[in-house]
Amino acid sequence: MAEKTKDPAVAGGVKKAGLLNRFDNPWLNWKFLTGAGIIGLIFFMIFLGNQFWDTELALAGSSPLNMPPVGFTNWRDQEGVPEHPLGTENSGRDMLALLIVGTPRTIGVGAIAASVGMGIGILLGFLAGFVGGFADDVIRLATDVTITIPSLLVLIVIQSVLPRIDLVTMALLISMFAWATPTRYIRAQVLSMRESGYVQMARLSGVPTRDIMYREIMPNLLPYLAASYIGNMTGAILSAVGLELLGFGPQRIPSLGVSIFWSIEAAALLRNMWWWWGIPTVILAVVFIALLLINLGLDEIANPRLRKAS
Amino acid sequence: MGGISLNYLARRLLVFALTVWVAATLIFIIPRLAPGDPISAMIARMSQFEGFVENADLIIESWRKRFGLDDPIHVQYLRYLGNTLRLDLGYSMGNFPSTVYELIARRLPWTIGLVGLSTVIFFTVGNLCGALLAWYRTPRWLKVMIPISMTFTSVPPALFSLLLVYIFGFLLPIFPQVGAYGRGMVPSLTPEFFGSVLHHGFLPAMSIVLVTFGFWALGMRGMMVTIEGEDYMILAQAKGLKPFYVLYRYMIRNAILPQMTALAVSIGTLINGSVLVEIMFVYNGMGSLIYEGINTQDFGLIQGTSFILIVTSALAVLIIDLVYPLIDPRISLEGR
Repeated sequence: MAEKTKDPAVAGGVKKAGLLNRFDNPWLNWKFLTGAGIIGLIFFMIFLGNQFWDTELALAGSSPLNMPPVGFTNWRDQEGVPEHPLGTENSGRDMLALLIVGTPRTIGVGAIAASVGMGIGILLGFLAGFVGGFADDVIRLATDVTITIPSLLVLIVIQSVLPRIDLVTMALLISMFAWATPTRYIRAQVLSMRESGYVQMARLSGVPTRDIMYREIMPNLLPYLAASYIGNMTGAILSAVGLELLGFGPQRIPSLGVSIFWSIEAAALLRNMWWWWGIPTVILAVVFIALLLINLGLDEIANPRLRKAS
Repeated sequence: MGGISLNYLARRLLVFALTVWVAATLIFIIPRLAPGDPISAMIARMSQFEGFVENADLIIESWRKRFGLDDPIHVQYLRYLGNTLRLDLGYSMGNFPSTVYELIARRLPWTIGLVGLSTVIFFTVGNLCGALLAWYRTPRWLKVMIPISMTFTSVPPALFSLLLVYIFGFLLPIFPQVGAYGRGMVPSLTPEFFGSVLHHGFLPAMSIVLVTFGFWALGMRGMMVTIEGEDYMILAQAKGLKPFYVLYRYMIRNAILPQMTALAVSIGTLINGSVLVEIMFVYNGMGSLIYEGINTQDFGLIQGTSFILIVTSALAVLIIDLVYPLIDPRISLEGR
């Protein structure tokens, strides 16, 4: 990124590290690339999933019940069969099909909620940081209050009185709380940037406030915005999975959290049906670790001092 | 040290009061957004769930009185606020003669114990690990071991608890799978009971600690790296101060400040996680109480428990904010 070396802080950091190499492209960061690769792969399953595997098998009753994965036996001494390589659960859904259909849905909920939250966050963060005054006071108070409230509890109260909801509604409900962290974060960044030389310069030249915000400051914030977006997505998926683990969420094609909920309800742990709850759990864990890797990578891309330390 | 400035104190108290008010208001509004009048909707869903409702008349009577459904909405709202602030949260429909307050009073200490203890552990361990990761004198093997131990960072505690229960409760039955203390034990101040509580609490606490401490280690490392470049660090070393003294007084003391702020921000997420962990372990706390409420369609219980947990969260944030000026004297001067 050529424009990044113009930033004095970054340039100073690189000098300190003492290994300025023109092949050292900060975006070639293994943490960032690994994480992005995993998430990208899962995302493409939305379009390509049915090429690999019959996704209709994710519906109830499409397969024999309680089959173990290939190479294992269940408590009735049934062997796993290649038609259902990861086994099936107790209403006859094929686990592999369930993963292919369910995992991108989980990420999708996170992406929708995080996008809405980020949109509001960018708007309010810039408003608070750049305009200041009364708007800043109000936005800061609202942010502090929203961050303090454990969102899951309010979502539980909402879900307990609402009829069954679909994934998009769930995402929108989650985004009611997903704006606060980005707002606070962006406000802090904008505050530190508005005093910098180029913003002062633009202001003296009479550039309109809106242009300063979106043309001057925003591009410099991109790595931070990206990191904030990923963090937001992690939080949103966390809320979605939390609600699903309580049994809220779509039932016909369950997402991963809902199928873990059903497995717990059906005492899969005691019946040693580890594939039913274990595989979705591990896949979700991989999703969260991948998101963390993206974020760590973005941190190192934005902050050369960290690159030196690792 | 100096006192806390009035401005700072007033702002923190305002945030606390606003949080409590917003929580109470949300819990007032949400049931009214659902179609139909809230009580008949609740009773209908209850009877649909359980077939019949015990003491239905009594419940309807008490809830009608509580909601005062025939009054204008603002009167209802003010009366509700008054009741809520006096912690009169109404009756639990699932356990009718008991009030929601009584049920919560029995459960809240368990949640505070579990979350509080886990927080102390992950905050201490996480910051220590982060400091050691950045410190130049840390042995090499530690710098390899710490990142490995952080593998599960950011996995939701509830999911991690499933893995822990399977491994340490089922495959190798070292720890009990469910409960907060041994079955058939009566809570008392005996060493046996205390031991049982620790034995049962270990896995739930670990499910929170093991996935959380890595965040604090990463944050701490970031701060330490920044501080290592400061001029006063060079001076401290040139003065010949002992390395441990420099690490503690110069590096950790400075780096811990943003970590405290971050802790206040993360309390809400922490409580979200612990609610789910408690449900997974059928732990005897607020999370399980909410789950009971969901399973029995006991709306009063769900709403009351959520409200008290939100207040607890706000109180925890307030306490951290009030302790903060003690470790960072600059805040009290600035007034913010």
